Amino acid sequence: MLLYIGRRMIAGLVLFVVSSLITFLLLSMSFDSIIASRLGPGATPEQIADMAARLGMDRPVLIQYFNWLGNLFTGDMGSSFFTGADVASQLPQRISVTLSVVLPALTLSAIVAVGLGVWAASRGGWVDKVSQGFSLLGNLIPNLLVAIGLVSIFAIELGWLPATGFVPIEQNFGGWLRSIIIPVITIFIGGAANIANQVRGTMIDELRKDYVRTLRTRGVSPRAILLKHALRNAAGPAVTVLGLTFITMFGGALIIEQVFALPGFGTFAFTAATSGDYTVMLGVMSVGIGLTVGMNLLVDIVNGWLNPKARVY
Amino acid sequence: MTSQTTASESVAVPAVVVGTEAASVDAPPPADEVRKSVFHRLRRDPQAVITASILLTTVVLGLLANVLPQHGPNDVVFANINLPTGTPGYPMGSNTIGQDIFSRVLHSINTAWVSALIGASVALVVGTTFGLIGGYFSRLRSGVEWVFTVVMTLPGILLLILLMPVTGGDFRATMLIYGFLMSPSVYRIVRNQTIGVSKELYVDAAKVSGVTHTRILFRHILSVVRGPIIIATAFLTGTAIGVQAGLAFLGVGSAEIPSFGAMISQGFRAINIDPLQFIWPSLFLGLITASIVLLGNALRDALEGSRPKPQKISATQTTGGFAAEATEPADPTAVLQVRDLGIAYQSPSGTLNEVVRGVNLRLRQGETLGLVGESGSGKTQTAFGILGVLPLEAKVTRGSVLIAGNELLGASEPELRQLRGTTIAYIPQEPMSNLDPVYTIGSQLVEGIRAAGDLTRPQARTRALELLERVGIVDPERVYRSYPHEISGGMAQRVLIAGAVAGHPKILIADEPTTALDVTVQAEILDLLRDLQTEMDMAIIMVTHNFGVVADICDQIAVMQRGQIVETGAIDDIFDNPQHEYTQMLLDSILDEDTIRQDPPAVVTQGAST
Repeated sequence: MLLYIGRRMIAGLVLFVVSSLITFLLLSMSFDSIIASRLGPGATPEQIADMAARLGMDRPVLIQYFNWLGNLFTGDMGSSFFTGADVASQLPQRISVTLSVVLPALTLSAIVAVGLGVWAASRGGWVDKVSQGFSLLGNLIPNLLVAIGLVSIFAIELGWLPATGFVPIEQNFGGWLRSIIIPVITIFIGGAANIANQVRGTMIDELRKDYVRTLRTRGVSPRAILLKHALRNAAGPAVTVLGLTFITMFGGALIIEQVFALPGFGTFAFTAATSGDYTVMLGVMSVGIGLTVGMNLLVDIVNGWLNPKARVY
Repeated sequence: MTSQTTASESVAVPAVVVGTEAASVDAPPPADEVRKSVFHRLRRDPQAVITASILLTTVVLGLLANVLPQHGPNDVVFANINLPTGTPGYPMGSNTIGQDIFSRVLHSINTAWVSALIGASVALVVGTTFGLIGGYFSRLRSGVEWVFTVVMTLPGILLLILLMPVTGGDFRATMLIYGFLMSPSVYRIVRNQTIGVSKELYVDAAKVSGVTHTRILFRHILSVVRGPIIIATAFLTGTAIGVQAGLAFLGVGSAEIPSFGAMISQGFRAINIDPLQFIWPSLFLGLITASIVLLGNALRDALEGSRPKPQKISATQTTGGFAAEATEPADPTAVLQVRDLGIAYQSPSGTLNEVVRGVNLRLRQGETLGLVGESGSGKTQTAFGILGVLPLEAKVTRGSVLIAGNELLGASEPELRQLRGTTIAYIPQEPMSNLDPVYTIGSQLVEGIRAAGDLTRPQARTRALELLERVGIVDPERVYRSYPHEISGGMAQRVLIAGAVAGHPKILIADEPTTALDVTVQAEILDLLRDLQTEMDMAIIMVTHNFGVVADICDQIAVMQRGQIVETGAIDDIFDNPQHEYTQMLLDSILDEDTIRQDPPAVVTQGAST
């Protein structure tokens, strides 16, 4: 198992390097224009070249990349191009705001979706209709419209919940809860719809398998077959889709954060990108790729543990 | 069908395929026909017709964006700010800076469709091309796979934001990149389908007969992959439109380009002035994306048939008003009596097709009854019907199944559970797929033992180890701890036999228990069953197509053809004097001295040249 995890971790590291290199190369195309806009419209080419040299941006891109990567591994992400604030120390706070919306939404999605999916797959009837309708609804309307709709109804029309703003959990739990309810519901709908659909499909596949019939002929209860055998076999694909949903939610939180004025990771990324704060952008990029690679690694490890065939001792 | 005929058929296959190349290479139905029938089905589906009409209307409205409105989308008239909906010249009113909302909505439709077109076509072209390459050329697969793994780790929408300084926020460039980011989903669909199709015999045949790779890819594989691609495209289109709107809402891109996202953002800030300012663009955006998803679902139904149905674990369904009854009188000497059993499957049009049509079987204590027939004759359906484990689509239409005075047809699942394992048990055909892959052999045996009797866990464990030893497993402790994939097929079959006899059943239904095994193991398994039968005084129904097995172990035979028993009797009578011509045919196909070819072998060179 350790060997397996070790191998997956090295593969993940390679993926991170390649993926961040590609993004770095893409971003490097705009380095000149970023410097130019920093210096203002009156900047002469000499001034631009001078500043690029000072920042080390006149070196070959690959050298710049490996220099950045080396610093990254020592925990140094540089300081903001504009404010001079240390990037690495700003990130945790921003990420925690996003996670405080994404994690409750993901947990809620997982619970509701697995319950709904299992129930729909094994019962059929109206439960299945509800589940299918719910899955459809989640895909039908873009998150943006769901967010806008919920805000205009619950915050503006009814005034039950705050429309925007964020209260840190350590400051005021009730306030935090009220501030995340609408955003959480918004991303929950899309996430749960996807997971429920997936769980329903895999559960149906499992329940059609030969071993289910054989267990029935031994007198094993339908409940045990469903929850102990079929669900356990369906857990692998469910974990995979859960991981993907987390990545989608985290990336998609960008739009949600903007609607609800949450000072999260997405807002941080957006502000940096619009102003051309490239050190922050690189930091944001490494977090984005790192989270994706890390989540995939986690999914691989959990699946390796769930599936005896893939399990290595 | 005996093993003899199977062997001769498998030899004959390549010759037939090469000989009739034209016919077999075109194995899938002609593409035009499929397209036509799909189109016909879609035309009759109101969901498809309505959503397609809505989408088409929006496209037309978008094309008329410079004709219908009286104002340009970016014309600012400060005198006309915040006009209500219905104002002459401003059918949807105007926004906070006096722009015509109607004009902006129509131009936003164009932005949305252009985004969808760019995003979906890039994803489609990239994903399909590499999916075909990765799926068809197995040597290139791992490389292609790796590239798409990298694409999948790129940070999605975040990347689009980060690349704003490069793209300048232009929605076309952004959607081009987003197309690449969406391509892995298309790639995976196409790759999986292609790998599946590449294994088909008709593709092999085409390769053997010298059809070029390009031709195979375009002619045979693309025609199969097309359905899933069309469905995926529908959903990608919707996603692209949604993402573009989201980015525009954030303020990515030029303010000169009208977009639903930008309009919603602007209208939302004016919610206290007139909510309609954001409701209009929201309505159109919602209408378009919802129509796309609903159309995608309709397409899926038309191309892939109905979606998988829920699988409720329950006793076999019966037809409405079913009551167990039989014309023949009950036989008190039988441990199991099947009378007039009918099993039907519902066709898509709703009619019931009987696959088991009035089957009668009688099994006495300690007796072995061979249920013989070729595949598709209904013998396995009969076995499942007796056990009450038919698939949900099946319905019992008539008859009676009696075990020790209990009527099984129409009994509930809990009632049947009482009998299963203890009174009636089952040995499947395919050993591996009948074990749950994620639990150890031991835990699966213990579960069955405890379900069939009142043993504690340690007692059940002892019993399981005893059983494993009894069925001839050399190292029971090791097998007890093993997972199914760690043992051989023969061992797995012994494990399944152990599980079946754990509760001392009186009746054992064995569904071709030796078919999936090596010839050397087959005899051992039959010996084991015979020994267990004597030891436990069980009656066995042996479902088989192999008369060798019948001759080896059975006392009685019932010959089945097309859902009916055509002949029953004691084994010697039937072997000596078969009455029904079908039985004669089956017996004639056994490999024995009379049927071995007596003519001299053909000259080898002659055989090769034909």
